[in-house]
Amino acid sequence: MNRIGETFLSAGRPLFIAFTVAGDPDFDRSVAAARALIEGGADIIELGVPFSDPVADGPTIQRADCRALGAGMTPEMVFTLVRRIRLFSTVPVVLLTYYNIVHHYGIPRFYRDAGGAGVDGILIADMPVEESGPVMKVAKETGIDQIFMVCETTSPERFERILKNAQGFLYLVSHMGVTGVLTALPPGATALVRSVREKTTMPLAVGFGIATPDHAAGIARAGADAAIAGSAIVAIIEENMDDQECMVDALKKYASSMRNAMNRPGEAGMG
Amino acid sequence: MTGKTGRFGKFGGQYVPEALMAALIELEASYLKISRDRDFVREQSHYLKNYAGRPTPLTYCKNMSKDLGAKIYLKREDLLHGGAHKLNNTLGQALLARYMGKKRLIAETGAGQHGVATAIAGAMLNLPVEVYMGEEDIARQRLNVFRMELMGARVIPVRTGSRTLKDAVNEALREWVGSVSDTHYLIGSVVGPHPFPLIVRDFQTVIGREVRKQSMKVEGRLPDHLIACVGGGSNAIGLFHPFIRDHVTMTGAEAGGHGLLTGEHGATLCGGTPGVLHGAFSYLLQDENGQIAGTHSISAGLDYPGVGPEHSMLKDLKRVQYIAVNDDEALTAFRYLSRKEGIIPAMESAHAVAAALRMKGEISRDDIVVINLSGRGDKDVTTVAALQGDVS
Repeated sequence: MNRIGETFLSAGRPLFIAFTVAGDPDFDRSVAAARALIEGGADIIELGVPFSDPVADGPTIQRADCRALGAGMTPEMVFTLVRRIRLFSTVPVVLLTYYNIVHHYGIPRFYRDAGGAGVDGILIADMPVEESGPVMKVAKETGIDQIFMVCETTSPERFERILKNAQGFLYLVSHMGVTGVLTALPPGATALVRSVREKTTMPLAVGFGIATPDHAAGIARAGADAAIAGSAIVAIIEENMDDQECMVDALKKYASSMRNAMNRPGEAGMG
Repeated sequence: MTGKTGRFGKFGGQYVPEALMAALIELEASYLKISRDRDFVREQSHYLKNYAGRPTPLTYCKNMSKDLGAKIYLKREDLLHGGAHKLNNTLGQALLARYMGKKRLIAETGAGQHGVATAIAGAMLNLPVEVYMGEEDIARQRLNVFRMELMGARVIPVRTGSRTLKDAVNEALREWVGSVSDTHYLIGSVVGPHPFPLIVRDFQTVIGREVRKQSMKVEGRLPDHLIACVGGGSNAIGLFHPFIRDHVTMTGAEAGGHGLLTGEHGATLCGGTPGVLHGAFSYLLQDENGQIAGTHSISAGLDYPGVGPEHSMLKDLKRVQYIAVNDDEALTAFRYLSRKEGIIPAMESAHAVAAALRMKGEISRDDIVVINLSGRGDKDVTTVAALQGDVS
């Protein structure tokens, strides 16, 4: 078991997973953002590798990808950024990327360099389990957890196949759509968590649309092991681009409120 | 040609977010069932004949033949209802969507031809249509936007990325993820994840099948050369596929834009490398980090950094020769065909005409050359007029 599994086991409560796009709005401020999220209480950091055509992402994360690419972000620099995080933190780091980035870099080289930098897990947003053969082989060799998504339309047969390959945690897609902030927790999210919970003991993390401590608490009540927030974090970065201090403060506060919402049902909130 | 895995050789596949997998599996199953259903095939043939105007003529070009020193024919997809080959596909997919119980069609469009063809099929079959179109393309293809709206389609401007066809596909895919249960994504070319490249190819092969018959009837034999333009590649595969096992040479004309060396072009097979875009492993134009590259073409329909996976296979097999035709050469061919034969080609199809003009001196008197005239050029006359204004 690597760092992701250990984190889920040792926490004794649901985790808060914080997503940002690596290099948004530039390399240095991206390091500061990751640091603020970790200091605020994020249990796992998920870094988006910026891609020109992120079809699973809504407008907020698309804009972040554009800013990061505009600032000259490359896969090599993403690995450098992870190394930088490793200087001050041991929280698990998961990369969220698209297939072409990995393919172009070279699948074995990508996983080797990611592992060397301190990456613990990789999720390829446009790689269903059917296309995962070449990647799975390399992921196993490098000891990196290959993370897969599951959604309400995933058939039982495909779910079994995903479960055979998935490592670290299952990423449950809360609603049918792209990433973005929702005003309320999608009604299907709870049902999805419950139905998957019946079938596996693997940690379940819910993402897409999760933005507020209320959402996170709702996810925890449903029996999930983690809530993932992305667009809400990217929006904070976007709103505070001209003031790094404000950005860091706001991210810390946000991470802390999300982290506190993840106490086990019945436990008093700390914040 | 494609096996159980949905591949053309090593190309193709299904590189999509998990949320789309169920829809693709449903689509594949429905299509396999319906393509063997007699009632469906009969209904489709009925509409192709009585509504769309098939078969389209194979026109002998007297003046061009004399000029090039060979027998030059045009396959007249410009005469199909809507003004391009696109309706072959949209009629088929719209009928398939209705069969699947889908209530709504979404589509992407570049030049607007596919959007128009989807609007036509949607209006006729009473299915609401939303068309995603890049802002830049909306500006350069005003006429088609108006046509789509006249037929009741909603045109949704895409303001992300390069604001052209690539980004329109991205937005349509994003929209589809959120609406798969009641919506069919009617993709416009032989691109995208399996089973789209297979379905669109099957619906377009009516072009090549007709050419076989027409050539046998008029010339008593099959053509020697086939030429078509290649953006995503649907009109080309529609013409080529029925001849793949015959002794016929094939040329695909890609958008050379300002020239391959300038980097400003849409010649994916001539200047690209394999990778994954819009759900398929195929050649694509990308930078040194695997980011999708910007493209340029005088023709909005060829301004696309990807290409159908079957073309990638045909390129690697060297079964089809792919060449890059620059903007200037396409423009010359546009004027040439208008003047010589009284037929104004779509700027996309003008690339194929240009490829034929290059063959002058290399072909002999008895050679039969068929150029797929994939669309008519009315939509492009304002662009050409503006360019002439620049010159004079």
